[in-house]
Amino acid sequence: MTALLELEDVEARYGPVRALHGISLAVDEGSVVAVLGPNGAGKTTTLRAVSGTVTRAGRIVFAGRPLDRLGPAAAARLGIAHVPEGRGTFSELTVWENLRLGAYTRRGSIEPELERVFSYFPWLAERRRQQAGTLSGGEQQMLALARAFLHRPRLLLLDEPSLGLAPVLVTEIFRIVRELNEEEGLTVLVVEQNAHLALQVAQAGYVLEAGRVALAGSSDELRADDSVRRSYLGY
Amino acid sequence: MRQRLPALVSLVAVAAVLTALPFVLSSYNTSLVTQVGIFFIAVLGLNILTGYSGQISIGHGAFMAIGGYTTAVMSRDHHTDLIVTMLMALAICFVLGLLVGIPALRLSGVYLALATFALAISIPQLPLQWSTFLGGTGGVQSSNPDVRFLWHTAPAMPERWLYGTAWAAAALLFLAAWLILRGRVGRAFRAIRDSEIAATASGVELPVYKTLAFGISAAYAGVAGSLFVLATNGFAQPTEFGVILSLQLLVGAAVAGLGSLWGVLVGAAFVGLLPQVSTSVPVIGSDHGRDVVFGMMVVIVMLLLPEGIAGLLARLRLLVRA
Amino acid sequence: METITSPISGLRARGVALGSVVPIYLLLVACGVTLLVGCLQSGLFARLTVSGLAVGAAYGSLALALVLIYRATHVINFAQGELAMATTYVAYQLIQWGLSYWEAFFATLAIAFMIGTLLQVALIRPVQHRSQVAAVIVTVGLFILIDGIVNWIWGGNFKFMQSPFGTGAYTIGGVDIEHLYVGMFGVVLASVVLVWALFRFTKLGLGMRAAALRPAAASLVGVRVDAMLALGWGLAAVLGAVAGLMYEPSQFTLDPTLMQTALVYAFAAAVLGGLDSPVGAVVGGLAIGVFLNLLVGYVPAISSELQLPFAFALLLAILLVKPSGLFGQREVRRV
Repeated sequence: MTALLELEDVEARYGPVRALHGISLAVDEGSVVAVLGPNGAGKTTTLRAVSGTVTRAGRIVFAGRPLDRLGPAAAARLGIAHVPEGRGTFSELTVWENLRLGAYTRRGSIEPELERVFSYFPWLAERRRQQAGTLSGGEQQMLALARAFLHRPRLLLLDEPSLGLAPVLVTEIFRIVRELNEEEGLTVLVVEQNAHLALQVAQAGYVLEAGRVALAGSSDELRADDSVRRSYLGY
Repeated sequence: MRQRLPALVSLVAVAAVLTALPFVLSSYNTSLVTQVGIFFIAVLGLNILTGYSGQISIGHGAFMAIGGYTTAVMSRDHHTDLIVTMLMALAICFVLGLLVGIPALRLSGVYLALATFALAISIPQLPLQWSTFLGGTGGVQSSNPDVRFLWHTAPAMPERWLYGTAWAAAALLFLAAWLILRGRVGRAFRAIRDSEIAATASGVELPVYKTLAFGISAAYAGVAGSLFVLATNGFAQPTEFGVILSLQLLVGAAVAGLGSLWGVLVGAAFVGLLPQVSTSVPVIGSDHGRDVVFGMMVVIVMLLLPEGIAGLLARLRLLVRA
Repeated sequence: METITSPISGLRARGVALGSVVPIYLLLVACGVTLLVGCLQSGLFARLTVSGLAVGAAYGSLALALVLIYRATHVINFAQGELAMATTYVAYQLIQWGLSYWEAFFATLAIAFMIGTLLQVALIRPVQHRSQVAAVIVTVGLFILIDGIVNWIWGGNFKFMQSPFGTGAYTIGGVDIEHLYVGMFGVVLASVVLVWALFRFTKLGLGMRAAALRPAAASLVGVRVDAMLALGWGLAAVLGAVAGLMYEPSQFTLDPTLMQTALVYAFAAAVLGGLDSPVGAVVGGLAIGVFLNLLVGYVPAISSELQLPFAFALLLAILLVKPSGLFGQREVRRV
């Protein structure tokens, strides 16, 4: 399997502060890869480096194309959907408009995808005119996933989907992510604090610490690893 | 003290240059530098308001108008000594500034800017309404007394007297600003500029200091306005104090940037000298050429130095340190 | 433009305390009713109201341009009026060169669009990320520059542009309503509606709204934010051109000071309506136009010179009561 996304020695900084000190990772097409680690390890920054929302250096190749000079909008047009921390919801716009924006880079009809989206999230159809900012956290997360799906991306970057959500909802979200991956073949790179859930859905994972890759492997390997079990899985 | 030495030296140097200039330059050029001095005072006041208490005003032309008319009217009706009228302008504008500062507390950012813009437009219209008292379009001419310059009495406002008065006032007001900003008031101002919420949480009474900032900056503008009228032959006219004046002050303050006195000097020179200097651009011809050149310069300077001279100096300082 | 199915449910969804907005709508309805009654009662009132609406439409168009730019870039474009004036001169020149009025009109709109986008790309984009204040000062510089250029090219004396609406008048109920005013109002209304439709119904308009509301999130979905901002400036310039072209006939002559007081009223209208509310800008413009006309017409003590300061006294009063303007939303500052 060819790697859809490859990062080689990628650095990133916020102004004078370096957040990533040379990260290398690979995401195979059709797989779910988890990025784990404590707060401040650079997990979110890694996603931002891929979508081009942070100052970065190093080699990033997506579907054979180097992403060096491209900004987020260009990355989106190449087929990278980034659901950031905070979901990137346009609170002032309606649910329908948010969905429509998800498909912004698409030409032609979005009917088939819309139907799929409404089958995953039936309540979205009923509440299309509701202002997105009035949705609950869980609903906004689902809206974000729906929006990303409408993009028909080749790669989904998912940042902390469980943040601020009740456990029941979190399980539901991850179930949907798994379904999207298995049914639709969506490649996902997910950053997650909840290592347990993430490793259940992912086939492979990377553990980041202080801006570097501390550990990498398949999810089975990671689950079996002692340090991972102690620090992130709680046993 | 050692850190202060370069600043002190440059200050003395500037003072020396300024003292020498009127004896070296022609009368016309001396009057130009007087204009710079006047703008220096006004922009300094604006700097205190924006730079230190974070409030934006596009209306200080109105305070200049009030100060100017104070001088003209007092001189015309009561033959008050001109220096005394300046002090009156200072006091009146201080109080009015406080009064404006109070409702200004309710407005923030853009809304405040536009509300003060409203002031800038409305105030100069008042003389047209109260034309008996304030002279209407004809303006108010202050009487032409003999002016007393220390021990030497000279007839009506020669250039050098104006120059000396303007820059002496500038020096005094600069000193006053320095003293104010060093102390508790200055610290409060800086705290407000950095974060209003944090300042309040630390016990700084926002309304008091923000209103105070308005009063002080208005007072400075008032003095500048007073001098402005004196510099135009003691003649106060509504058209002199239109919106353009407030916009010029704004440009001066923007070119100056925040936090640098050199910036204020450069900003004052920019608005005081450039329009006059660009009159002599041959191709386009006087009035319109002036506007075209000045407008272009404003755009170019802002594109090159978005944070004004102060920003440039700050960056240079970083480079020197590195 | 806000997308609300019905004002009340939309507002509730926005979480705005109903108490603060319903009174505004009631006030507007009350004003509307008063105006209607007044028009029916008095011919003078009707004429003043009609001409007020016409001039107010021009103010509203200019105010809308200001709000568009402010919403997208948080910059107050001081040069909006001068730009409108300059594009009116362009139309004048095109007519001098032989085009018919309406040919010149549409050509000017196209030219205005190009100038607007060009200005944003060349002069505003470089500074707006570094300092919004600097961007505003650039517009101040543009104000002076454009004024100078127009004076230089065409001179400051009065020019005459044929009104496209003729000098006739409709007679309704014994009152003469001039074609000019109906035309002014109609053209501005049409432009505003077209712009509204662009924002509301097209993908491009949605992209522009998204870019203005949340530029970071917008670029993540593929919206080219910088391009959207440039388009916004272009559209604003078009609205300004419409304002200038429609305002000029009511002033009878064309000279460089054409849009200076109009700009001031447009500011007032924008602030009155709330700087983030396009609807507010247009309503504000109409309100100011009508109100000032009626004031000057009925209150002898207030001469036309006092209009300006009076408008602002009123504006200040409103700002003190509702600092974010009639339709604006109060900014919640995160601690």
